[in-house]
Amino acid sequence: MPVATPPARIALLGNPNCGKTALFNLLTGSRQKVANYPGVTVERKEGVLRTPAGRRVQVLDLPGAYSLNAVSADEAVTRDVVTGHRDSLPDLLVCVVDATNLRMHLRLVLEALTLGLPLVVALNKSDRAEQLGIAVDGDRLAQELGVPVVRTVGVHAHGARELLEQLDRPVPPRRTSPWKAPDVAQVLATQHRSHRIVEAVVQEPAVDADPSDRIDRVIMHPVWGLLILAVVLFTTFIAVFSLGDLLAGHIDEAFAWLGDAVGRTMADGPLRGLLVEGIIGGVGGVLVFLPQILILFLFILALESSGYLPRAAFLLDKPMSGAGLSGRSFIPLLSSFACAIPGIMATRTITDPRDRLTTILIAPLMACSARIPVYTLLIAALFPGEPLAAALLMSGLYALGVVSAMAVAWVLKRRHRNAHVPLLMELPSYQWPDLRSLAIGLWERALIFLRRVGTIILALTIVMWALYTTPSPWADRTGTPIEQSLAGELGRGLQHVFAPIGFNEHISIALVPGMAAREVVVSALGTAYAMEGDEDEVSGRLKERIAREWSFATRLSLLIWMVFAPQCISTFVVVKRETGSWRQMWTMGGYLFALAYLASLITYQLTKALTTL
Amino acid sequence: MSRASRIPLAQLPDGQWATVADIPVPADPTDHDLVLRLMELGFVPGERVRIVAEGLGRRDPLAVRVGRSTFALRHHEASLILVNALP
Repeated sequence: MPVATPPARIALLGNPNCGKTALFNLLTGSRQKVANYPGVTVERKEGVLRTPAGRRVQVLDLPGAYSLNAVSADEAVTRDVVTGHRDSLPDLLVCVVDATNLRMHLRLVLEALTLGLPLVVALNKSDRAEQLGIAVDGDRLAQELGVPVVRTVGVHAHGARELLEQLDRPVPPRRTSPWKAPDVAQVLATQHRSHRIVEAVVQEPAVDADPSDRIDRVIMHPVWGLLILAVVLFTTFIAVFSLGDLLAGHIDEAFAWLGDAVGRTMADGPLRGLLVEGIIGGVGGVLVFLPQILILFLFILALESSGYLPRAAFLLDKPMSGAGLSGRSFIPLLSSFACAIPGIMATRTITDPRDRLTTILIAPLMACSARIPVYTLLIAALFPGEPLAAALLMSGLYALGVVSAMAVAWVLKRRHRNAHVPLLMELPSYQWPDLRSLAIGLWERALIFLRRVGTIILALTIVMWALYTTPSPWADRTGTPIEQSLAGELGRGLQHVFAPIGFNEHISIALVPGMAAREVVVSALGTAYAMEGDEDEVSGRLKERIAREWSFATRLSLLIWMVFAPQCISTFVVVKRETGSWRQMWTMGGYLFALAYLASLITYQLTKALTTL
Repeated sequence: MSRASRIPLAQLPDGQWATVADIPVPADPTDHDLVLRLMELGFVPGERVRIVAEGLGRRDPLAVRVGRSTFALRHHEASLILVNALP
């Protein structure tokens, strides 16, 4: 007989909304590895924890599942892992249940018990259960189930203590038995047993006393609910632009000061040019938008963890069905306002494949945070000192993206009338957002942005500077150094394509690195104008140069271009990965480019005709 | 309670408590998995349910409280569940 040893590999199993991810973060901290399961678009999260005895244990965070009888790709992966059909079987299964809703979560534990794997139940959110007057008799539950039961609080620093101690104890050998999909009678029997156990171990106030129904009556009311949603979204965008602008101003000043200081201390030469015009001028122009991006993510993360977002999705289900979508597309599309990449990845929760594809194809039309730098710059140049007009135009650009997305969805779905698609969306109980999780979430977003600035954006900025400073071998030695540079050559070539929509050479050139990251359009313009300026104008604001040198029609045309243009390689990559199809990726790129060119052409020609009347 | 007083959940008045009476085997075999899933989510005979909110469509979707959870269901799913309204 094998000697019983403590587990070396464990897996976390639980319903969605059981707080499993918070617990996983608490257990593993930053020692996580996120990848994809081979062949499917399901995230595989693995980490390492250290037990009180100092042992290292591998932790696998399984995708959330209501049942092993899978209906989604996520659930199928979870089933395959715990039945030994994918990965190797874990030594111990940690079943994470929400202590405030054992009635719902215990069923999966009973189902998992039939697998014969060693198992521990983690009563998560046990602090919240106490606050709500819900008493769970852990010893009795352990007796009923025949497995250890520990209390955890995923959102407290020491909330995993009991579980960690448990992981140093030896686990019994596994006696696996094959899993079989249950029939109606078996499902009912399991539910019956689950309810019987809950009645024996849980003492709780009556459901009628639950305040969340009263909140739901208002939040999801057809009139009040929509009004609240409008206020919430409006407040979010006001905060992003007013508060974000305030903070951005400080960063802008800091970079202007830095540029001046470096410019004064260094001797004139290529290195000073690279530092002042290339790096400080370019990277600084992008970095000023960090506050706005973080404020937007703060609102999205807080609204999501409070339980509000699924309710907003409920409210918008009917309006979105007009475009052929369902409420399930709401959260992915809202996330796309921050960045299309997490948005497209969030479409994995959409069970219907056609709905999912449509949502992926329209996600890039939501005005992502990388557009904020370009929008802000151009609007400020269009309406200097007119905050109301600027705010209206900004809202208009966001609205244009949303309306176009709905129109595109409508066209895409018209050809494929759906059979019935069930909604079955959980509306989790309300809770105050946990500050620690919010801080971690924001920190991760900030790091992603800073990494982009420090790598892609910095590299492209230097490349652009080099293109502007290297003389072109084909230039005819007339005109300014910029016109004679490689960049100038490139700009003249691109003029054949972009002149009809009003883009000058600098814009045309800036759009090229802008393919890698939209914000680079701003830094590339910053570099170009910084290079053109004389000594005093190096620190001169890009905004003022644009206001002076571009026509009204050009500024407007570029704004409209930015609404539609498929301008971020990362989005292409993620669309290819999520759809597994080159065709879908080119479909997205092609239709967005066509829309952008057409819309800008109309805007430019029309505005030019009207302004020269 | 007589069988006659059973109504589909989709017809239960807003805010009124009811108990799940039955989820009959659906006529359409494509709904079979849907019925299993509804049961796994907690829609089993004897469980108390009520509608807490109606969507903007004609009772589509519906936010349904079942036990300690709330789920958004479409009219179609809510029609598969038979309930007895409580006085």
